[in-house]
Amino acid sequence: MSEADDQTEDQPIETLTLPLDAWHREKGGRMVEFAGYWMPVQYEGIMAEHLWTRESAGLFDVSHMGQLFISGEGVEAALEAVLPIDLSTLKPFGPRYSMLLDEQGGILDDLMVTRWSSGFYLVVNGATKWDDIAHLREHLPDEITLTHLDESALLALQGPKAFAALERVVSGEYPLSALTFMKGGQFKLAGADAWISRSGYTGEDGFEISIPAENAAEIADLLCAQPEVKPIGLGARDSLRLEAGLPLYGHDLSPDHSPVDADLLFAVNKRRRSEGGFIGAERVLRDLADGTPQVRVGLALDGRQAAREGAEVYAGSDKVGVLTSGGFSPTLGHPIAMAYVNRAQAAAGTALEIDVRGKRLAATVVPMPFVPHRYHR
Amino acid sequence: MPRYFTQDHEWIEVDGDTGTVGITDYAQGQLGDITFVELPETGTAVKKGDAPCVVDSVKAASDVYAPVSGTVTDANSALADEPELVNSDPENGGWLFRLTLSDATELDGLMDKAAYDAYVAGL
Repeated sequence: MSEADDQTEDQPIETLTLPLDAWHREKGGRMVEFAGYWMPVQYEGIMAEHLWTRESAGLFDVSHMGQLFISGEGVEAALEAVLPIDLSTLKPFGPRYSMLLDEQGGILDDLMVTRWSSGFYLVVNGATKWDDIAHLREHLPDEITLTHLDESALLALQGPKAFAALERVVSGEYPLSALTFMKGGQFKLAGADAWISRSGYTGEDGFEISIPAENAAEIADLLCAQPEVKPIGLGARDSLRLEAGLPLYGHDLSPDHSPVDADLLFAVNKRRRSEGGFIGAERVLRDLADGTPQVRVGLALDGRQAAREGAEVYAGSDKVGVLTSGGFSPTLGHPIAMAYVNRAQAAAGTALEIDVRGKRLAATVVPMPFVPHRYHR
Repeated sequence: MPRYFTQDHEWIEVDGDTGTVGITDYAQGQLGDITFVELPETGTAVKKGDAPCVVDSVKAASDVYAPVSGTVTDANSALADEPELVNSDPENGGWLFRLTLSDATELDGLMDKAAYDAYVAGL
C-alpha cells in the first residue's frame, strides 16, 4: 500500500515549528510537513472534522500564513501599483480579497488586504510568503515599510456555532455582533489583543483571529473549552474550501493563470479594469477584452470514485481540460473537482468525462460553490 | 488458517491455494476515511508487487499491492456501498479481493503477525 498522490510542497532544508506545535501534538494531531512547517493534517479524522465544522464550529491553526503590515508615506498608491485592488473604496477594518500578479498577469499569490489606521494588513499564503515578501520589497518604494508580523499567530474559528462560542469569551469596545461578513475589529481574548475579522475559508460563518504567538496556546485552549469547538486539521480545511468553491494557491491558482481564466475577476476592482496601472495589467486587460481559451469551473462526479489534481478532462475523444483540485465531498456524498476547461465546455450542465488511471468517470459542469455559503452578511 | 503481512501493510490469509487480501488496521488508520475502493476484475492475473486495487480516502488515492502472484477469483462487492468497512473492519469484513496463488513459495518472504506487529511498533 502506498500513497499515490499525497500533497507535497516545496520543502525548505529544515521543517519549522509553529507556536501551537506542542498544542497540536497534545491534542493528538497527526503532524505533516506543509508549507515548510509541521502542521496537523487531522485529529480524529478528516470526515468527522469536516462535518463537525459544517454543523458546529472548528478551530484551525493557520499560523503558517504570512501576516504583513505595510505602511509609510504614499502607501495607498504604492500598493495599488502591485495589486489590482481599488483602495479608494476599501473602508477601514474590512478585509478584501486581492492577488499579487507577475508582469505577465500570472497569479503569484492570492491574499487578503485590510485597511488599518496607519497602514495595510495583508494575509498571504504560507508556502508563498517568502517570495511574496521579496516581490513586495522589490516593487514597493523605499519609503514604504513592510513588516513581517512573524510573532503573531493566526487562528480561524469556522462554523454555524462559531459566533456563539467566540462571543462568550471575547471582550471589546463593541460587541462581536458588530462584525458582519468581511468586517473586522480589535478585541481582547484571554487578556491579549486580538485582531478579529468575520471571514474564512470554509464557506461557513466564522472568524479569523490574529493574536500574539505567546498567547496562542492559552487562546486555543480557551476556544476549545467551548462545547461547540473542536480543533480541525489541514485535511478538512482542504475539503471544506473545495466544497465552498474557493481556490487553493499552488493548485487552482498559479503563474500560469490570470484572474480572468481563474474566474476571479471580482478581485480586479472596477476602476482598475478601466485604468490599469498595476503589475500585470496589460495581460489582464487584454484577457478581459479578448477572453481566455479556458476558464476555471466546478465539476460534480457521478459515483463515489474521486478524481484528483492532474486528471485530464475529456469531451468524447478530445482533451478539453485538467483538474486542479478534486476529492470526495463529505457534505454532498459524491466527489467534486475544480478544473480549467475550454470555454466551449464551460457552461453549467455540460457533460464531460475525467480520466482516472485509464478509466473514464462521468462528470457535469456545475456552478460553484458546491455547498452554499452561509456567511453572516 | 495462516495469515501473512507485507511491509506495505497488506495482509493475506491463505486457505489451500486461495489467498484473501486486505489492508491492515494500521494502514486504514493512516489512510483515514475511505470513500471508494477500486477492486480488480475476476480473472485478472497479478504478479507479486502489482497494484490491482486502489483505496480512495478523503485525502488521497493509495495503491494496494498484491502480496503474491496469482489470478483474482473474487472481490468484496460489499465495499461498493460500504467502503467504510475497510476502516471499521479492515482485517475481516473489509477484505478486498481473493486470488488463486500461482507460487506459494512467495509467502516465504512475508511476515507473520508477531513480526508485523514488531515492524509497525518500530515505525
